[in-house]
Amino acid sequence: MRTARRSESSAPRTARTATGWLKAHSELALVAFLAGLGALVMVDALTMAADFTQRGPVGPKTVPLLVGGLLVIIALVLAVDVLRGGKGESESGEDIDLSTQAEWRTVLLLAAAFCSNIVLIDLVGFPISGAILFWGSAYALGSRHWVRDPLISIVLAVVTYLMFVYVLGVPLPGGPLAGVS
Amino acid sequence: MDVFGNLLEGFGTAITPTHLLFAAIGVLLGTAIGVLPGIGPAMAVALLLPVTYNIEPTGAFIMFAGIYYGGMFGGSTTSILLNTPGESASVVTAIEGHPMAKAGRGAQALAAAAIGNFTGAMAGTMLLVVLAPLVANLAVDIGAPDFLAVMLLAFIAVTSVLGKSRVRGFASLAIGLTLGLVGLDSMTGQQRLTFGSLHLSDGIDVVVVAVGLFAVGEALWVAAHLRRAAAKPIPVGRPWLSRQDIKRSWKPWLRGPVIGFPFGAVPAGGAEIPTFLSYVTEKRLSKHREEFDHGAIEGVAGPESTASASAAGTLTSMLTLGLPTTATAAVMLAAFQQHGIQPGPLLFQRESDLVWTLIASLFIGTILLLVLNLPLAPMWAKLLRIPRAYLYAGILFFASIGAYAVSGSVLDLVVLLVIGVIGFMMRRFGLPILPAIIGVILGPNAEQQMRRAMQISDGDLAGLVNTTFSVVVYGIIVLILLWPVLRKLVGRRGARPDGHDPAELEKETVDA
Repeated sequence: MRTARRSESSAPRTARTATGWLKAHSELALVAFLAGLGALVMVDALTMAADFTQRGPVGPKTVPLLVGGLLVIIALVLAVDVLRGGKGESESGEDIDLSTQAEWRTVLLLAAAFCSNIVLIDLVGFPISGAILFWGSAYALGSRHWVRDPLISIVLAVVTYLMFVYVLGVPLPGGPLAGVS
Repeated sequence: MDVFGNLLEGFGTAITPTHLLFAAIGVLLGTAIGVLPGIGPAMAVALLLPVTYNIEPTGAFIMFAGIYYGGMFGGSTTSILLNTPGESASVVTAIEGHPMAKAGRGAQALAAAAIGNFTGAMAGTMLLVVLAPLVANLAVDIGAPDFLAVMLLAFIAVTSVLGKSRVRGFASLAIGLTLGLVGLDSMTGQQRLTFGSLHLSDGIDVVVVAVGLFAVGEALWVAAHLRRAAAKPIPVGRPWLSRQDIKRSWKPWLRGPVIGFPFGAVPAGGAEIPTFLSYVTEKRLSKHREEFDHGAIEGVAGPESTASASAAGTLTSMLTLGLPTTATAAVMLAAFQQHGIQPGPLLFQRESDLVWTLIASLFIGTILLLVLNLPLAPMWAKLLRIPRAYLYAGILFFASIGAYAVSGSVLDLVVLLVIGVIGFMMRRFGLPILPAIIGVILGPNAEQQMRRAMQISDGDLAGLVNTTFSVVVYGIIVLILLWPVLRKLVGRRGARPDGHDPAELEKETVDA
């Protein structure tokens, strides 16, 4: 089969084992995502209550059905492309080194720093949660200055908070500390 | 009133201290963003959008336009000194600019780029002044079917003209269209993709989508592949040009706008294609062709002028037709809508003051940018020393504030993370970001126009193609879609009959 030959030539060693095959065809995860999303959009459209007052001949279902169908078709075409050896080119950039393996630990740490802000912002206020977000992100990305990092984080968070609330008029939660002033 | 009078009046409003301040903030931010890796003008405008809710729109748009132009100026610095373009518009500049820097002519490369950007922006903005009112007048009568056709053209063009793989472009577009569906249907109030969440029934704010795809997605992606040893920029002195350099550069500077402006105005992905065309043109016309690839100044002067002029062309389409052709223009369009202003043919009548003040401040911003960039280039280059951990931590920090400020809700931060993960996945699997942004911003608009057109025609599909304008636009769409097949037909005479299958079409583009 043409498919197998092509993928083997692109990854001669790994393509022999099952996990290796999956690794070489990791884009199938994207195919699954697109197909799933398409199914979701279509099901959502079809289960819409039918008793709405419709203005004009085209109702609220038509476009979701079109978009859902488009997603499914794209998933199929992409699946064929991937199985025939097509590959999406990962985005490059000046801070990106594609020659190394993906560092999942860094990604997860960074996501954790992001989530800490989600959990904390309404509890302790932005000046604290924002500082934790910045410090946590810098830590995740490899910064290990034990004095400079927290100092920058706190100054940045407090100054930004004051700037947004008092200069720009955009409300951010101050938390318990805001009651002091 | 005539164009000139309008423009003068615009200058009158633009030259007030507040507006000058906004212009200065815009060009400063824009240059910094252009120099800094990982953050571009589209992301910057999206991040600043919530901040400007309480500012009068004119000031906000002066600032946004300054960021857009500033990004064009700043992007060349990293291209020249690091060989790594800060923006897609300055990819081509690196080809000649970096060898020039290595040969000790970095100062000349920076000067050629800065003056090139200045010429391009000036000429481009003048073309905008002359053409925008004409286009707006011509377009004043176009109706729902025409708008729908133009938007579909934008969808097809951004997915097909750019990028290496058409199917991946369409995948990105479809993701954007899906995100745009979330919320209450504007015509019937029907819930779509809200899953019973009250928060989602307001729809996903464009700020959250743009910041999620650009900022959070980028930060996560960089985290996975962070370059541990950052490249060292080549030290450089104050930019200057010798008489010989000027003699070689002035023609490329002037040719740039001719190539850049029209390409910026059509939905072909902004500055990438025209800067490349400019490079090829300058190489062909140069008397110093042997210097190309080793640092020919024409190869910096031409593309940089082209890039800035394309930004002016992009603004022309955005203001007169409401048609964004780049990510930055798409986010700016969303910004207009958030301020309750709809760009389009009527904008020049309804918001005449705002438009002309904006255009006047483009001139002011361009002059400020020349002053900022020519003598101060070495200072901007120092920005490249910022530790990458702080840069991306800062991007996440401001992304979180921006998303939170939209409605003061933690749920927006959760949505932001989800969209950020989608952005990560798109980068991992090579899906371009631009189609998704265009899809999420134009999608709801296109649906409305389609339903309006069908309403007028009482459900008859012919109502979508009952104007000459729309028929021509659909003709162009078909041409773009069939282009890979047509090229094969022309290339090999005995064509394959199976070429009309859409799946086949995709494959051929991918293979090509």
